Amino acid sequence: MIKVTINNINVEVKEGTTILEAAKKAGFAIPTLCYHPDLKPKGSCGICVVEVEGMPALKRACMTEVVNGWNIHTNTPLVRTTRKTILELILADHDMDCPTCIKNNRCELQNLAATIGISDIKYRKDPQTKKDIDNTSLSIVRDPNKCILCERCIQVCEEIQTVNALALSKRGSETVITDAFDTGLGNSVCVNCGQCTVFCPVGALYEKSDIDKVWEAINDPEKHVVVQEAPAIRAMLGEEFGMEPGTLVAGKMHAALRRMGFDAVFDTNFTADLTILEEGTEIVGRITGGGKLPVITSCSPGWIKFMETFYPHLSEYVSTAKSPQQMFGALSKTYYAEMKGIPPEKIVSVSIMPCTAKKFECKRPEMRDSNYQDVDYVLTTREIARMMRQAGIDLKEMPDEPADDPMGEYTGAATIFGATGGVMEAALRSAYFLVTGRELDDVDIVAVRGMDGVKEAEIDVDGLKLKVAVAHGLGNARKILDKVTEQLKNEGKSEYHAIEIMACPGGCVGGGGQPWGSDMARRTRRGETLYKEDKSLPYRRSHENPSIKLIYEKYLGKPNSEKAHHLLHTHYYKRSKIDGKVIND
Amino acid sequence: MDSEHQCQCAQQNEEELYPKLEEMIEQHKGRPTELIMALHKAQNLFGYLPKKAQEIISERLNVPISTICGVITFYSFFSTVPKGRHSIKVCLGTACYVRGGQQTLERVEKELNTKVGGTTEDRRFSVDVVRCIGACGLAPAMLVDNDVYGRVKSTKIMDILKKYE
Repeated sequence: MIKVTINNINVEVKEGTTILEAAKKAGFAIPTLCYHPDLKPKGSCGICVVEVEGMPALKRACMTEVVNGWNIHTNTPLVRTTRKTILELILADHDMDCPTCIKNNRCELQNLAATIGISDIKYRKDPQTKKDIDNTSLSIVRDPNKCILCERCIQVCEEIQTVNALALSKRGSETVITDAFDTGLGNSVCVNCGQCTVFCPVGALYEKSDIDKVWEAINDPEKHVVVQEAPAIRAMLGEEFGMEPGTLVAGKMHAALRRMGFDAVFDTNFTADLTILEEGTEIVGRITGGGKLPVITSCSPGWIKFMETFYPHLSEYVSTAKSPQQMFGALSKTYYAEMKGIPPEKIVSVSIMPCTAKKFECKRPEMRDSNYQDVDYVLTTREIARMMRQAGIDLKEMPDEPADDPMGEYTGAATIFGATGGVMEAALRSAYFLVTGRELDDVDIVAVRGMDGVKEAEIDVDGLKLKVAVAHGLGNARKILDKVTEQLKNEGKSEYHAIEIMACPGGCVGGGGQPWGSDMARRTRRGETLYKEDKSLPYRRSHENPSIKLIYEKYLGKPNSEKAHHLLHTHYYKRSKIDGKVIND
Repeated sequence: MDSEHQCQCAQQNEEELYPKLEEMIEQHKGRPTELIMALHKAQNLFGYLPKKAQEIISERLNVPISTICGVITFYSFFSTVPKGRHSIKVCLGTACYVRGGQQTLERVEKELNTKVGGTTEDRRFSVDVVRCIGACGLAPAMLVDNDVYGRVKSTKIMDILKKYE
């Protein structure tokens, strides 16, 4: 153990503890800005400086490990003046249009200015240096005028996601964070995962909003607006209304959406169950019919663009099943439209997603199997919360209401789609039935749960040993994909039968559209909530869902039928590692 | 018509250099830490760093293209603009600056219709600024290739540049 004093308070900590952590233990909060618990400390901002007796220079608390016997002071005149000067300089180079900024009231820089006590900015920015806002991406907006160069976005893009869309460019006062040729994120390898928008402490990176268009549709009496909500939303929306992270708000969410004026409130969980039937049938077919193995899941659009860019040689292994969002979109303008006798051109299909990449996915040119754009607008968790606040809805006070028929009923297998490992677990629950005709006794497949980056499990299906792997976060995905690539190259086959990949750390509960101020601890709590809901539901296997049985009986025939293939399956492209554009071979 | 023809020739020549680039960077293949060496070689070969050369280096060395662009824009030595056959460097060191270096520069920019860091359309000249070439006694000074010109009057500039084809 290491003994140090923080502001004359004795504290004992383990070796390798930083000053920041030791101070916390002693009851002192050191202000930080570039520091984030999920990232390696980089010390780029300098706000966390402290004095250490006997040291000539101030130390950055986030990245300095304590040494036995150190006397550390976190609140001296020198420390206070230094922090203030640093912050004044950051603010001087920052567009301070706070009331109209998307981050207003949720900005870490704003909070820091309040904490440190900045009353006057001595330096002002030259208005000539105004930079263009990057609007080229379908998912993410980048405003360099707000950027404080903390580099969190670069870190998450490089270290956690290994996409490397963003980097520092130029030098000195001209330094900007931008994509490769500064031609905009829409013309780069960015996979739209939106983790940069979650890690950005200010309003420099955020989702491209569709709020106005959705209000317009809701207020148009000619339009029939249907809405679907992803599995993860019910575990995170509450946070936007001051509820504890991980509060389950499924029923309140349905009630709130109805009160906002959506004409039909459905649930993406319904098509998550449908995905399992389509994908599960595909997996079983490939295993028993000698098809390409492993089957890799296809629900995560960030992962899909990543695969098309960096692992196009594996595209034939990826399931052809569309994501639940896109299955829902196609069915809302066919199955539902026909059933209700509503012309599909009058239907506006809206989805609520924890995801920014879904905005890109819904605009992919092939996602028009209903002969219309299958999903019209995608709203992130943050956007729907903003709309609810605009509508004066207090989520906490909402009653619990179910979603509407015929696309609202769901099983526990669908709800766990929102957590890493959930899709695999749901698929195994049904695959077992599809192969053996019997039900799996214990549906809890805990080996694929939890926050380990790569998880593996082996399931015995009547003597057939199914080997599966699960990865979340694209850096972790690379580990398993490189292994599979090697195996396929050297041995002609892989040890795995099926692999689940989610682009975001934690799965969808850690998506790029989640509430601001998130970290791994919150992502974990949201995931646990989904497993709790799973346990509480009457059906826990997708193939048991009565509404799923109905849609096959009335409309689709059977899983992987011709009609199902037309509406619920898709294909992939190869993309350039330079600009992310489709390459036609 | 003439300039168009010339331009295509230049591009054709550039295309012919790519096999040479592949050869030169072969030893750096799969070694991201040797990026700057590879960029130096490419710049020596082409006179600047064409986008295609950056893409090839990214692929061969296994360095993300965003990192390469970051390095190129950080170091002023690297250029993404083709260099002219002759380089003009106008000195803006203190002595030259006080004695009218700025006016010299403005005149050069105006006469050649190109800005600092740029190259004329016919690729005859590139224009850059330097901070002191040690010829303060001759201020304002200007370099064309390796020739030093002192006490440059803006009216004399075109006479000087005429010598370089």
